[in-house]
Amino acid sequence: MATQPVTGVPGARIEISGVTKRFLTPSGEVFTAIKDVDFEVEPGQFCAVVGPTGCGKSTTLGLVSGLDKPSEGEVRVAGKKVDGISDGVSFMFQADALLPWKTVLGNVALGPSFRGVKKKEAEAQARDWLRRVGLAGFEDRHPHQLSGGMRKRVAMAAALINEPRILLMDEPFGALDVQTKAIMQTELIGLWEQLRPSVLFITHDLEEAVALADRVVVMTSSPGTIKAVFDIDLPRPRGAIQDIRFQPEFLELHRQIWESLREEVETAYARTAGVAA
Amino acid sequence: MNTSHDAGAAQPVQHNGTYMMPVESPMRTAQDAARLEGGDAKRGANPGRRMARVRRLRVVAAQIVLAVVLIGSWQLLTTWKVVDPFFFGQPSGIAKQLKDYFTQGDQATEFGSYWSQIFTTMREAVFGFLLGTAGGIVLGIGLGVSPFMAKVIGPYIKIFNAIPRIVLGSIFLVAFGLGPTPKILLAAVLVFFVVFFNAFQGVREVDRNVLNNARVLGASKLRIVKDVTLPSALTWIIASLHTAFGFAIVGAIVGEVLGAQSGLGLVIATAQNQFNPDGVFATMFVIAVITLCVEFILTRVERRLLSWRPPSQSEAAAI
Repeated sequence: MATQPVTGVPGARIEISGVTKRFLTPSGEVFTAIKDVDFEVEPGQFCAVVGPTGCGKSTTLGLVSGLDKPSEGEVRVAGKKVDGISDGVSFMFQADALLPWKTVLGNVALGPSFRGVKKKEAEAQARDWLRRVGLAGFEDRHPHQLSGGMRKRVAMAAALINEPRILLMDEPFGALDVQTKAIMQTELIGLWEQLRPSVLFITHDLEEAVALADRVVVMTSSPGTIKAVFDIDLPRPRGAIQDIRFQPEFLELHRQIWESLREEVETAYARTAGVAA
Repeated sequence: MNTSHDAGAAQPVQHNGTYMMPVESPMRTAQDAARLEGGDAKRGANPGRRMARVRRLRVVAAQIVLAVVLIGSWQLLTTWKVVDPFFFGQPSGIAKQLKDYFTQGDQATEFGSYWSQIFTTMREAVFGFLLGTAGGIVLGIGLGVSPFMAKVIGPYIKIFNAIPRIVLGSIFLVAFGLGPTPKILLAAVLVFFVVFFNAFQGVREVDRNVLNNARVLGASKLRIVKDVTLPSALTWIIASLHTAFGFAIVGAIVGEVLGAQSGLGLVIATAQNQFNPDGVFATMFVIAVITLCVEFILTRVERRLLSWRPPSQSEAAAI
């Protein structure tokens, strides 16, 4: 299992067409989180979603993973309508989703173990993945004994061990300091280039979005709709994330997308400020 | 006081980890500290260590003084007849009663040796404790993972909880006679609610991200309960067991006072009828010692089961 170099499972196409998601609040009111959302992620593409706080970015991810169902419209993964947890999907959250009572090895081995792989085989796979994210020798530690960056690596190994066709990331590096974030971004891109799953990556950080993604989707403030879609044609491999930020093409794309995003951020901010006043 | 040494030895110090300095237990005995000083002059000379030791000794000294003052004044006031020893007993009388209980063999009580009374009560309490805990965990987790059932059954559990459950003892006694069954049931009922509420809350506190992550990774409902919900709720459940065992003892004793053929509750009831407060106090003392022993065992079990937890901040700060 998992021989080097990894051949990789081809990523799956994600089609989101005419999706609206409404929630019923406990007081009985209807809250529309996202409205008529339409976009596509090509197989193996890295797609980033940016938008103001509370615009329904995470809701969109939940719909693709099958944790939630759309109120209207449909989500298709590899041409199949999502109904229940979609197969071949992995999730990475901003907060730790590691089990604190399991060792690092046990946490990474969860994916195969949940799918019925024998314990020994699952642990062998987990060992291999820990080596690939640079954590060999830390197998027996518990999550609380690791730094934030190391925990992210564990989460990354745990998400990739199932060799997903789709990787959903909800601000995965949002809580990290700037230096650790840059290292983790470079590592993520390295692993993504080996496996090539389709990635849907949510972030607040526009620089991060432009540096990592092939496509950037801008969402409007609540209820979230698609405002614009930008294709990022920076060549790959892009090398270290820190260096790309100073290239003129990067700066130009950043400026264009920010133009589009700024208005929404300001609207969202005015709304929260209005509520506060 | 010499339990302090054991508490020190049981500290979960991880030798393979770099995250945690082996911290001296805050409650080390004086001999330990002296041995350390002799073995390693450099460590003994550490002023922080000496200060910490002085602070510990001051606490122990104050505790001893407090006990001497309380028990001494009880003894003196009853000797001087300021307080009537006929009603309130006397420390020296209680000590003599304890000696009698444990030295007179089969003659210690009308219903056999004192040890057999302890055995009867402990057996009832332990069975009740196990029964109530098992029921509490199963129902607590069952309702915790099913919001619909929780909404339906929740109010009924609140109603049962509001009933003064000690009264159930009388019903159990009528239904099941003077044997151990009604005591076990009463203890189990008291234990059940404590464990149930904690298990239920523990399940609801499970991190949503962790839960969603397990679902996306392909875990079945059963695996989620086994690998995520149960271990996560265990912290809450174990915390409740300390209180729960106290309730199990209360259930067993009350059951025995209401009607029994043997047990510590019966010893208390008999001593009360014979106007022998020393007998009541002596048995109370024995029950307290038993409860503390069980508490000690539960703490050890807790440390073992929850060894994955990070060392708490307050433990280090207490030094």
